Amino acid sequence: MNAPQRDTMLLPTPFHSRVEAMCELNDWGNWMGYTTPNAFFDVELEYFAIRSTTGVFDLSPMNKYRITGPDAEAFLNRMVTRNVSKLGVNRVGYAVWCNDAGQVMDDGTIFRLGEQDFRLCSYQRADDWLHWCTLGFDVTITNESEDIAGLAVQGPTSCTVLTLLGCAGLDQLKPFGIAHFTFEGAPMMVSRTGFTGDLGYEVWVAPEQAEALWDQLFELGRDYLIKPIGSYALDIARIEAGFLQAHVDFVPSEEVVRNGRTRSPFELGLEWLVDFSKPLFNGRSALLEEKAKGSRYRFAMLDIEGNKPAEHSFIMKGDKVVGTVTSAAWCPTVKSNLAYAQIEMPHGAVGDELVAEIYYQRELHWTRLMAPCRVIGGPLFNPQRRRQTPAPPF
Amino acid sequence: MTDYDAIIIGAGHNGLICGAYLAKAGKRVLVVDGREQPGGCASTRELAPGFRLSDCAQWLQQFDDTIVRDLDLKSAGLKLGAGKRTIALQAGGDHLTLDGDLLRGAGIGTKDQVNFQSFRQQIDVFSKLMLKLYRNRAPKLVDADWSDRMTLMKLGLGLKLMGKENMQDLMRIALINIYDVMNENFDHEGLKAALALDAITGTNMGPRSPNTVYTYLHRAMGGPLQAGGVAQVMGGMGALGEALQAAAERCGAKVQLGCAVEKIVKEGDRVTGVSLADGSALTAKVVISSADPTTTFRDLLGYEHLETGMARRVAQYRTRSGTAKLHLALSGLPAFTGLDAKALSQRLVIAPTMDAIESAFNPMKYAECGPSQVFDISIPSVEDSSLAPEGQHVLTALVHYLPYAPDGGWEAHRQATLDNLMRQLEAYAPGLGGQVVASELLVPPDLEAAYGMAGGNWHHGELSIDQALMMRPFPGSTQYRTAVEGLYLCGAGAHPGGSLMGLPGRNAAQEISKQGVLA
Repeated sequence: MNAPQRDTMLLPTPFHSRVEAMCELNDWGNWMGYTTPNAFFDVELEYFAIRSTTGVFDLSPMNKYRITGPDAEAFLNRMVTRNVSKLGVNRVGYAVWCNDAGQVMDDGTIFRLGEQDFRLCSYQRADDWLHWCTLGFDVTITNESEDIAGLAVQGPTSCTVLTLLGCAGLDQLKPFGIAHFTFEGAPMMVSRTGFTGDLGYEVWVAPEQAEALWDQLFELGRDYLIKPIGSYALDIARIEAGFLQAHVDFVPSEEVVRNGRTRSPFELGLEWLVDFSKPLFNGRSALLEEKAKGSRYRFAMLDIEGNKPAEHSFIMKGDKVVGTVTSAAWCPTVKSNLAYAQIEMPHGAVGDELVAEIYYQRELHWTRLMAPCRVIGGPLFNPQRRRQTPAPPF
Repeated sequence: MTDYDAIIIGAGHNGLICGAYLAKAGKRVLVVDGREQPGGCASTRELAPGFRLSDCAQWLQQFDDTIVRDLDLKSAGLKLGAGKRTIALQAGGDHLTLDGDLLRGAGIGTKDQVNFQSFRQQIDVFSKLMLKLYRNRAPKLVDADWSDRMTLMKLGLGLKLMGKENMQDLMRIALINIYDVMNENFDHEGLKAALALDAITGTNMGPRSPNTVYTYLHRAMGGPLQAGGVAQVMGGMGALGEALQAAAERCGAKVQLGCAVEKIVKEGDRVTGVSLADGSALTAKVVISSADPTTTFRDLLGYEHLETGMARRVAQYRTRSGTAKLHLALSGLPAFTGLDAKALSQRLVIAPTMDAIESAFNPMKYAECGPSQVFDISIPSVEDSSLAPEGQHVLTALVHYLPYAPDGGWEAHRQATLDNLMRQLEAYAPGLGGQVVASELLVPPDLEAAYGMAGGNWHHGELSIDQALMMRPFPGSTQYRTAVEGLYLCGAGAHPGGSLMGLPGRNAAQEISKQGVLA
């Protein structure tokens, strides 16, 4: 199996031939214009691969931009809310960026590859905005989305499998660190990052190496129960780990049509990413004003009674609707029914007792469940192995 | 304690007016400019020994008489010439004269005569309504406060009171083009073109461009502002700058010339002062820029000190202009076919038809120097003999349209263009070329360099409806305030826009005082 036999509206990723061969359910989704698997063989088993062995996820559709030049750091500092000066070379930082109104446009990760050399991984296409942000800055922006293939290799045995692949000393790599290796004579970059909250890595190679990388990973990882995972399994893992998803937990502000549907970093629980000690960044004055006046919404992580996922639920305080759920899942490892919700201020503080109005169906019979829930202060899944260096051998 | 309450960047007419009003209100004001002369575009320059001329703006026709009285500019030395007739030169020598409500010559018909009067009456009604918007800050529609709502109410009431027919007409024509409106009203091609010329002067628009009715009304504001028609300033336009400087100083403002502002200094979230070309730095409670928005934000503050959305608005702000300036020093009075010597003191326009104007506009759109242009001519030395040696004269002309950046650059085109303009003038004034002692052509980049106006646009940015009124210069920086705390605008790039009118400066002073930021 190689390239698809005909042109399709959705593009194949560099791993497509291998993904297709292993996608037993033939269950495909559209991720930013690319053909991506929702599930390979069984969503729950895929999820447990992430938590117990190793799950491999093709993240090639992520948008990747190279930002280089004398003003690269200043450029990023003006664009994103966090302080990029604090990010060392070969380190990765999670970031959000806002428009002038202080409303979140997207989130992503910044890879510092050199003093004046960065890679921004974004969920959205950002060519237009990055171009406008260059006004006044001596930087070069290159869209290298199609020049780099990426695999997330996540789970307790991931370090072991990647070490077998030739990443010698990978266990010494700290969380959010970057290491450089070679694979079949070509550069291979590995970062200790991921979207699962587990021990895990992201592996970046040229598209030409993609198929060989996949083949060798699965060959070497067989004894470590390496499995491909689709977006459904990843979604459970990311909810369990407390990660936001663009287009799900917020709508990128430049895509919002209706008044008031955008969200600020404060309203997404991301105030830790906003560094007001920087003299200027996009959204600063609006966010200062919001800080003074108060936000409209609060991001709340809910621990809900029972095991029925509170998908799309209204959140009640007494008789009053005070919010809605954006993401929800029964999370198997922490054995909790978790949800993220947008709660109207002043409700939704940690410890607040609320009620989720859950509808579920069994054999055409709909049931309405008023499930008590509680706002929790952070993700319940937070294993030691996520942070440990050297990475523990499994 | 800051060095000043307000530092005003630019000693153009708006900067000086803003400074004078603020100083009059007891504020400590510095007006600072890199040029040696006050007045900015109201400037007189010597072209050749003994020949002096208005270097940029040549006519005063919309200057707010309230400002003349408030600042007592007459006692400060401002002297205006007599109101001018407009003589639209026709090919055969039988020219058309526009004298107030009256039309003469060129076979003008009775129907046009009658329609001209009613047209002028209607424009007068419309411009009086516009005055309700022009003498104040432009009201916001969203987030309107009490004062904005008052302005809107007055505007609504004014609309209602002008009668149903006028109201419908205004709504119908306000956003269309002058070409259609002229054709609706008149038959005489020369008349239509002479009037349409007022709509396109200083713009990047042709008579068929939408929005040219708005620019025509803008020019017609001279009526309600009681400017007394088109006039020249005795001693050259620079005399207006000098009178304004004297008036500002009399009010207590300090005017520092010959020292350019290098940078607007921003500390933390607000502007705190300016740094000057001589290396000094000055602090103020507010900095008020009469420079155009592009120069203010891009050059003096710097994009890197703006949030991206605002930097984008600055970058997209349209500042193209197709207006150039032709200057001639002449050994004698030129002989225009069909005009006696006395008539040469009037405003002469060469724009045979509206299609001729549009045809002059077309090549400019594609950065080409077209074969023919239209002219708005002044021979100021006829009325003011101080401008040239005895028996000799100066001629200045606004020339439409020449591009900002023709292929190959201006130096490759300058002489050929100048020769071509002379040939076109000689068709109306035979022998003019032989009288030329000195000549020069100032094209948009020259005006940009000399007066610091981005694009050479004397409105400090196209006066189109998306960049006008409550959106001038752009959303987020309206009502003289900008998105950057401590930085204000008082130039033509602020409401109500350009030409020698003085309202942006006056309104800005009024608004900034009202906001209490200088207290």
